[in-house]
Amino acid sequence: MSTLEDFRRETRAWLEANCPQSMRTAMPDGELVWGGRTVEFKNEDQRLWFERMRDKGWFCPDWPAAYGGGGLSPEQNAVLESEMRRLRCRPPQINLGIWMLGPVVLEFGTEEQKRELLPPMARGEIRWCQGFSEPNAGSDLASLKTSAVDAGDHFVVNGTKIWTSYGDKSDWMYMLVRTNPDVPKQQGISLLVVDMASPGIEARPIDLISGKSSFCQVFFDNVKVPKRQLIGPLNGGWTLAKALLQHERRAMSKFGEFSLPTHFDLLSIAGKYLPAQEASSPADVALRQRAYAMAMDEMAYSLTAQRMGEEARARKNVSGLMSIMKLVHSEQEKDKFEVLVDVLGHRALGWEGEGFEPQELAITKAWLGSFAQTIAGGSSEVQLNVIAKRVLELPEGNPASAGKQGK
Amino acid sequence: MSLVYSEEQQLLADTAAEFLMAKSPVTAQRKLRDEGSADGFDAALWREMVDMGWSAIPFPEALGGLEFGCKGLGAVFEQIGRNLSASPLLSSIVLAGSVIELAGSEAQQAEWMAALIGGDKRVALAVDETPRHGPAAVALRARREGAGYVLTGTKAFVADGVGADAFIVAARTGGQPGEQGGISLFVVAADAPGVQVSPMKTLDSRNHATLVLNEVRVGAAALLGAEGEGFAALDAALDRGRVCLAAELLGSTQSLFDTTVEYLKTRVQFDVPIGSFQALQHRAAWCYAHLQLARSAVMAGLAAMDDPALDAAARARMASLAKWKAGDAAHRISREAVQMHGGMGVTDELDVGLHLKRIRVAQASLGDGDFHVQRYGDLSAVEA
Repeated sequence: MSTLEDFRRETRAWLEANCPQSMRTAMPDGELVWGGRTVEFKNEDQRLWFERMRDKGWFCPDWPAAYGGGGLSPEQNAVLESEMRRLRCRPPQINLGIWMLGPVVLEFGTEEQKRELLPPMARGEIRWCQGFSEPNAGSDLASLKTSAVDAGDHFVVNGTKIWTSYGDKSDWMYMLVRTNPDVPKQQGISLLVVDMASPGIEARPIDLISGKSSFCQVFFDNVKVPKRQLIGPLNGGWTLAKALLQHERRAMSKFGEFSLPTHFDLLSIAGKYLPAQEASSPADVALRQRAYAMAMDEMAYSLTAQRMGEEARARKNVSGLMSIMKLVHSEQEKDKFEVLVDVLGHRALGWEGEGFEPQELAITKAWLGSFAQTIAGGSSEVQLNVIAKRVLELPEGNPASAGKQGK
Repeated sequence: MSLVYSEEQQLLADTAAEFLMAKSPVTAQRKLRDEGSADGFDAALWREMVDMGWSAIPFPEALGGLEFGCKGLGAVFEQIGRNLSASPLLSSIVLAGSVIELAGSEAQQAEWMAALIGGDKRVALAVDETPRHGPAAVALRARREGAGYVLTGTKAFVADGVGADAFIVAARTGGQPGEQGGISLFVVAADAPGVQVSPMKTLDSRNHATLVLNEVRVGAAALLGAEGEGFAALDAALDRGRVCLAAELLGSTQSLFDTTVEYLKTRVQFDVPIGSFQALQHRAAWCYAHLQLARSAVMAGLAAMDDPALDAAARARMASLAKWKAGDAAHRISREAVQMHGGMGVTDELDVGLHLKRIRVAQASLGDGDFHVQRYGDLSAVEA
């Protein structure tokens, strides 16, 4: 125990000495640092913090040192995380490779793959993107069709992936491909890692109703992928995909801790735009009342997050609570922006330019953006299926209505 | 502020669950209704609750209480809701007892607290006059006369008013209806000349009464706290009542939800359990989500009452959140429970209807959803 206390002291001292002050503040969306072949820094502090953490091996503190990690035990890693939280240190970089693919390679990869893939990941030299969804495989991910055909020492990949965040800016992709079309759908899927610079790959950004987005559609036209870039067993990709998605949930919750999403305070905005109580028409009163109720539901949600944390610390089973969080939050956001748009009236109908306040334009964009929230990362309908099946243990229906994977 | 029950609170909840299931299950409430009980509760059961110490839970030790807090009380009320158990715990202890604790002089506390906690006397809180809850809307007049006061007016929907030994009456000694200032609190004996109590037969078969005061004379010693300044203590006591009622609503809703999910698994139509239909699955899943949100709000409301670091406004906000969200979830889930039970859902044979009726009454009592949304917003605006 005392060695762990020593570690805490040393870690605290090191962070105090090495984490620049400006890296100890909540991080606005625009200030994320993405690791990769070309890293962009907004300022010198970002670069310093990136390099110091990298050299310490603390981009992936709990990976073995042999693969470029920090070699910390789970206990030491927990200490590091708590010390970083205490100082409010920003993550030095964001990298899907480290958060999602890395742990899967550690668990399922060959020794050669670990030595090849992990060290550059641990140095933040490769920016990774994820190729899962396809135009015809969204909620029903296992029906994906992008094919990888055996051609001796390599696969030939054809097809398309969609909703790939930063597909146009990433160096490598980990992707699910169909390697056997003649078996039940989950049993013919494999996981490949692919260099985005390979001939035959094209990434096109997707414009959303809210404007420019980081999402891309990525096209694969006879792309050669060496066989050593198959992770895990051939046709065994579905198990790895499930593991990846679990890491995704963990990563997302971590990400949420650090990032500072633009928050619109319903009550103060309602206070600013609605007429004073005395001057309110019945319609104003009704709208104010809706805004209040919405704020209360938001409060009930954040209390639920707090309660889930408490119950988890008390070692209670929180899987039921966990299953409602994404559903409730994304649906609430949608409802909240509807109310905000009502409150702002025609001030919420701007697209760009001088005629509108920046906050007004931001609310309009966020309203449009909120529509994606109940679709991305498992649609509300999929979330409801999960609650019905796993939490309430309601019986299976017919495959179409139950969202059953396979036959 | 913790949003889970402590070990001791959980233990109390378990004891309450066991006791009520054995002594006061829903069948017992059905029997009270069918017999047309005037009290609306079983006096022998109330005696047992008192003997178990439930009536002492919220009060300071100095007043003979257990100082176990509103969260402890909430643990009991949740079980009360599950079993639809009727008792004067809310009216005589949480509401009337809290007014005397918060506004009473030492002499008044000495006169009443032991008698209330011991279950020897029952006091009902008489606030509302308008169809919807509005503690500031008090119009019933108390005019000074000699050393005392004379009260005239009508109170409606007084919980457990029938058979009460006394009433705490919110009366106007100044200001206008709608204003918080000018409200005074009086203890009025049920047998004082000019007091008339008549039962209101409500749909939950509980005890509610209309209280008519016709030139009722009380002495100066009947005034709780300072003249015209009764609202703060009244509202604080109402907040304790609101969170306990919210806990009761939560328990009742949880019970309805559990029953309904069970029914979805066992009721077969078209050769399959109806719970395999996605149309019902998604609605049931939403019910579950709202039940969880309500639980968090109720726990926060209960915890806020016990948190000395919070000021009155912050406490009031959390009480309103708890009462609103518990009522909201109860409303959604009771409607779904009836619908998903199909024809059986509208029969008197099932307990679903008993829960539905009690929920409707509890929703309206001590402020409905609209009341608490406005209150939450107004209190937030003051804070901002």
